[in-house]
Amino acid sequence: MNTLTSMPSGILDASLQQSETKRFAAYDWFTQLRQQGWKNFEALPLPKRDDEKWRFSDTRSLSLADFAVAATPSDADTAKLIAQSHFIARPAGLIIHIDGHCVLRPAIAPELAAQGVKFESLEDALRHHPALLKEFLLKHEANLGGAKFLALHQAWLRAGYVLHVPKGVEITQPFVSVNWTLTEGAAIFPHALVVAGDHAKVSIHEFNLSALPDQRALAISAADLHAGTGAQISRFAVQAWGKNTQSFEIANTCGGRDALITSVNAALGSRRARLENTVRIEGPGADVRLYGISVANGEQEFDQRTLQIHSAGKAKSDLLFKNVLLNKARTIFSGLIKVAPDAQQTDAYQTNRNLLLSPEAEADSLPGLEIEANDVKCSHGATTGQVNPEELFYLLARGIPLAVAQELLAEGFLEEVLSKVDNEEAAAVVREMFRQKFHTA
Amino acid sequence: MPDSLVIKNLNASIGDRAILKDFSLTVPKGEVHAIMGPNGTGKSTLAKVLAGHPDYTVQSGEAFIDGEQIIGQEPDAIARAGLFLAFQYPSEIPGVTIANFIRAALVARQAKGTPFDAKAYYAELYAKMDALKMDRKFTARFVNEGFSGGEKKRCEILQLMMLKPKYAVLDETDSGLDIDALRIVSEGVNRLRGPDMGFLVITHYQRLLEYIVPDRVHIMYDGRIVHSGDKDLALELEAKGYDWVKKDLASA
Repeated sequence: MNTLTSMPSGILDASLQQSETKRFAAYDWFTQLRQQGWKNFEALPLPKRDDEKWRFSDTRSLSLADFAVAATPSDADTAKLIAQSHFIARPAGLIIHIDGHCVLRPAIAPELAAQGVKFESLEDALRHHPALLKEFLLKHEANLGGAKFLALHQAWLRAGYVLHVPKGVEITQPFVSVNWTLTEGAAIFPHALVVAGDHAKVSIHEFNLSALPDQRALAISAADLHAGTGAQISRFAVQAWGKNTQSFEIANTCGGRDALITSVNAALGSRRARLENTVRIEGPGADVRLYGISVANGEQEFDQRTLQIHSAGKAKSDLLFKNVLLNKARTIFSGLIKVAPDAQQTDAYQTNRNLLLSPEAEADSLPGLEIEANDVKCSHGATTGQVNPEELFYLLARGIPLAVAQELLAEGFLEEVLSKVDNEEAAAVVREMFRQKFHTA
Repeated sequence: MPDSLVIKNLNASIGDRAILKDFSLTVPKGEVHAIMGPNGTGKSTLAKVLAGHPDYTVQSGEAFIDGEQIIGQEPDAIARAGLFLAFQYPSEIPGVTIANFIRAALVARQAKGTPFDAKAYYAELYAKMDALKMDRKFTARFVNEGFSGGEKKRCEILQLMMLKPKYAVLDETDSGLDIDALRIVSEGVNRLRGPDMGFLVITHYQRLLEYIVPDRVHIMYDGRIVHSGDKDLALELEAKGYDWVKKDLASA
């Protein structure tokens, strides 16, 4: 495995950022996008403790020092990790990155290609489909506190994938993107861009992992999801980085008229992981479902910030985030539903449930509503507690030992969300990942 | 008595309310004993105290399964020692399938490191579900979630059949059952009757005992057994009503 022994400045070094940007000189607009990202990054402060958008988050331990863009992985490492990347048997397409380098370019079936389906690395798409990127890439600011991290992502943007399913094309089998970190101190900035044309249907699964469990890494990911009129997008994103990773994901989910978007985030890895997801309901009749599940152990911090913006009426958004906490783990859920004055007949729901399996764990919940329309159905709720004592007794009374009973109840608690995953094979993989995590706790 | 469920002078309370008062009873292995009594007399408390429910405090007394003391043991240890409680109100366990639940209970009874024979497990599970006229699809359903009263009780008997305890305490298993379900559940119990298992059947009504005919009937009132007899005692009780217990037997 590669080791970067000396990284004096890494991703914070302007000259390194500029020299990498020069590689994209043929794409002026993209060069400018990266330069603007760097300018924004330099202008923005790191979050501070008293910043409302970082409430309860451990801002003191935030550090971007000593991370660098890693070199291309060796052939041996590449072969080994590709072999470990087959999470579902027959994906519609598979793309694999190691340390932010695309090591497996997706091959999609000829009939999909003939229908105009595009599944490519960001760098390939930059060459082949610049107009698509210009229209959809990074069109929204990070408004939940992660602007500085999104700026750094933009400044170093190179890795990631573009998935475009044109009007009327429906694909049930998921596309899969796998991101690995490999090198000690590696920083990666993967991007996910999913565009579903009118009445198109697409599913994407993302697996994010570290080759070595103890390796130090920084992952600042961003996702842009755009569903056109009547389009359906289903996304399953699995965050299973190694335990010494700091990870950030800033997602923007846009639903047009009658669009149906289901997004499931599963969190297992990282020392600290922050997820920011802004849902934009832009057309009437849209239905956006946002789900999250996690098992946090040790001293992990999972920080979840969501915003459901209803700009159009007669639309629905539903959010359910469930966390299981062990040891001294901490989770933060902060969610806001915003309904614009003319977004009448909105249905918007938000629920956060936290299951504490340790007296030293801490779950903070900050639900919120900002409703300017008068004809809406909105609710939010949060519960934090231990396992139900009667359920626990029922399991014990069958001879199941306490630790196993608690694990079964916790797995059952997660199942409500895992059952929303659109592919049973992928759900089974992640179910097993959670099980392994209980056993190593 | 090594081959018996022996309860000796048990005193137990919930909060500061005494419920079991010097309760004593012996159920020899291979026999079916019924406990009848009016509501609020402590029948369900007895079942829960034996199973080790943490809400109850045992002040004094003992209970043995084939000579092994169970009072003071954790509920999972009591179950593995051989006591099975069929609940009056079985809990719903969201997200945990019946197949995984029973499997976990069986794995807990295996010696550590023994591989679990999944094939044999499913064969046995399906055979017992067939006997209880349960749809095999139930294996993938979450434990008791959305079950009717009858389905919940059948699920309890399925667990009893799979776990094969030394003693089974059936707590108001007849409540919430229509006549068909009652017949199926009773057949399940009757099939398990034999020299290797003892039963303590707790019921408010004589009806269940038409299907599960007991060797002995005990009448419980105010935290203890006030009268015992053979199966005809249930009929006598049905005829005379619980006022007979309150007026005559309790003062005896």
